[in-house]
Amino acid sequence: MENWRNYTKVLIPDIPNLNQIDVYQKNGGYEQLKEVLTSGKWNPKSVTDEVKAANIRGRGGAGFNAGLKWSFMPPKVEGLPRYLACNGDESEPGTFKDRRIFMFNPHLFIEGATIACYAMQMDAAYVYMRGEFADWIDKFQEAVDQAYAKGMLGKNIMGSGFDLDIFVHKGGGAYICGEETSLMESLEGKRPYPRSKPPFPAQFGLWGKPTTINNIETLANVPLVIKNGAKWWSSIGAPAHPGPVLYGLSGHINRPGVYEYPTGMKITDMIYEVGGGMRNNKKLKAVSPGGSSCPLLTAEMVHGGLTMDADSLRTVGSVMGTSGLCVLDEDTDMVKFSYRIAKFYDHESCGQCTPCREGTGWFVKILRKFVENRGETKDLDLLLELCDTMEGRTVCALADATAWPIRSALIHFRSEFEARIVSKASFATA
Amino acid sequence: MAESVVFEFTEAEKAEIQKHVAKYPDRKSAVMPALWIAQEKFGWLSPEAMELVASTLDMPYAQVYGVASFYTMYFKKKVPKYLFDICTCFTCGECGGDQIFKHAQNSLQVDENGHSADGKFWIRQAECLAACDTGPVMQIANRRIVHNLTPAKFDQTVDMLRRDQMPAFEPVAPKYDQASPAAKAAPEPEKVQETPPPAPEVISDSSEEE
Repeated sequence: MENWRNYTKVLIPDIPNLNQIDVYQKNGGYEQLKEVLTSGKWNPKSVTDEVKAANIRGRGGAGFNAGLKWSFMPPKVEGLPRYLACNGDESEPGTFKDRRIFMFNPHLFIEGATIACYAMQMDAAYVYMRGEFADWIDKFQEAVDQAYAKGMLGKNIMGSGFDLDIFVHKGGGAYICGEETSLMESLEGKRPYPRSKPPFPAQFGLWGKPTTINNIETLANVPLVIKNGAKWWSSIGAPAHPGPVLYGLSGHINRPGVYEYPTGMKITDMIYEVGGGMRNNKKLKAVSPGGSSCPLLTAEMVHGGLTMDADSLRTVGSVMGTSGLCVLDEDTDMVKFSYRIAKFYDHESCGQCTPCREGTGWFVKILRKFVENRGETKDLDLLLELCDTMEGRTVCALADATAWPIRSALIHFRSEFEARIVSKASFATA
Repeated sequence: MAESVVFEFTEAEKAEIQKHVAKYPDRKSAVMPALWIAQEKFGWLSPEAMELVASTLDMPYAQVYGVASFYTMYFKKKVPKYLFDICTCFTCGECGGDQIFKHAQNSLQVDENGHSADGKFWIRQAECLAACDTGPVMQIANRRIVHNLTPAKFDQTVDMLRRDQMPAFEPVAPKYDQASPAAKAAPEPEKVQETPPPAPEVISDSSEEE
């Protein structure tokens, strides 16, 4: 990854007004859709195979091969509708990349979603956008309207006989709706409790019909794969976790923002070069690599040469998540930080499963004791025990997402918690 | 309340709801858009407003209530006109959101419900608003996000809203944001139309952007 400085942006290139369909088309937009639908060179299976070969690992956090996910769809049965759900709920703290696609390159996503629908023979696509995106929902709807007006959506697209509708659905402000089965419940008009799997969405999804759910950025990569081939796409970045990525940089750095680079970027390059270094030249303390649910990285790990891809992050027990890096400096109070993470998950737990509903609340109560310098030595073990009772014991991964960062904070920054224990004597003998 | 509220949708609102109903294979799925329309109309979702949504979509009240009560953006109590959702989630909180929230509490003299003394504003701590790079941020009345918030910018926003002026949409983008074409196009907005279409491939080098 030494040549990242010469990287050419493909997801959000520097082209003014690219959100306007004319500009997008002038720059080669919708050509890939045209080729797929009308050239006769492609069929649904070959598109799926190409995307599978590219190994687009889902950009929503789970990192699962998108083409492989597509191939799980059962054979098309005439008269039985099937749906694509596009996940633009983007509510994970530290994540703000999909909004950039909605704002600056919406047609790339629309084109990608349409190609995906062709590959899986879908009848409609639903784009779930978080309610807080109110302004961007309106802007994205304009882009969808433009696509309809130009015949890129609707009936008989480009004379190919393929029909597709894309509908925008506005959320109501709930993190849980970014979980795929919760998103489906929300779209259906129910209280969005995640569903138990199996059955998986490909068998029983939206309104009980075969459904695939992909992240916005994942779908935006599809036209790029079609344009330049799976080989080209997978040659970008880290071999086992390839492709261009929108990195979100936030926290105590000089130039927070969204940056497009290949996967496998050194985190030190992200912080000190791309991000312009630490604010006020402070020392680095920790990095949350891909949204609040990822186990934290210490400065030592980061300076040890960690890169932003699944394999590298796995060596230290973390994950790439949504590639939104929150950078924390030496002055950060990790106890307060953990408490705030716990508060987030406590607020966002849907309340369906006992370990999560009760556990997130207990995290808040116990961590508050530490914030207020009332911690007890036994609480440290209690917190770890709580992690054990939550991880892997609920319908969805929200409980895990709470436990992971807090466990990592307890492991890596234990002394900060110990310093908040009320009796120094108990701490000294612990 | 001296004035009694009539809980009915106008023909235009009914048509709007039908447009949403047409998007989904099941009319109950239009409950979220219908709740948005009801909240826009009545200011909040009273039991009567939810009953109206239920009868309009021919679905059980309990299901409408179950949905409405789940989401933070649907108001289940009568609330002041302008809500400030001030993000104090971890990035914004670390970058000044906590101080902004305290500042807002003091300057608006809010009560225990977060309502301002003049009854026009309402503040609450928001969870992540997906704008961590421009933190601290807040959202006004479920609509506009205000980026790079400072106490001064907060006060300025309050002044505007006292005159019922909604701050303009900020197209986002801190100065150096590589992914924001708008930030780069900004210095010469007039010339954008005239410049020849740029080559689709532009070499980007963040070190040059300084």
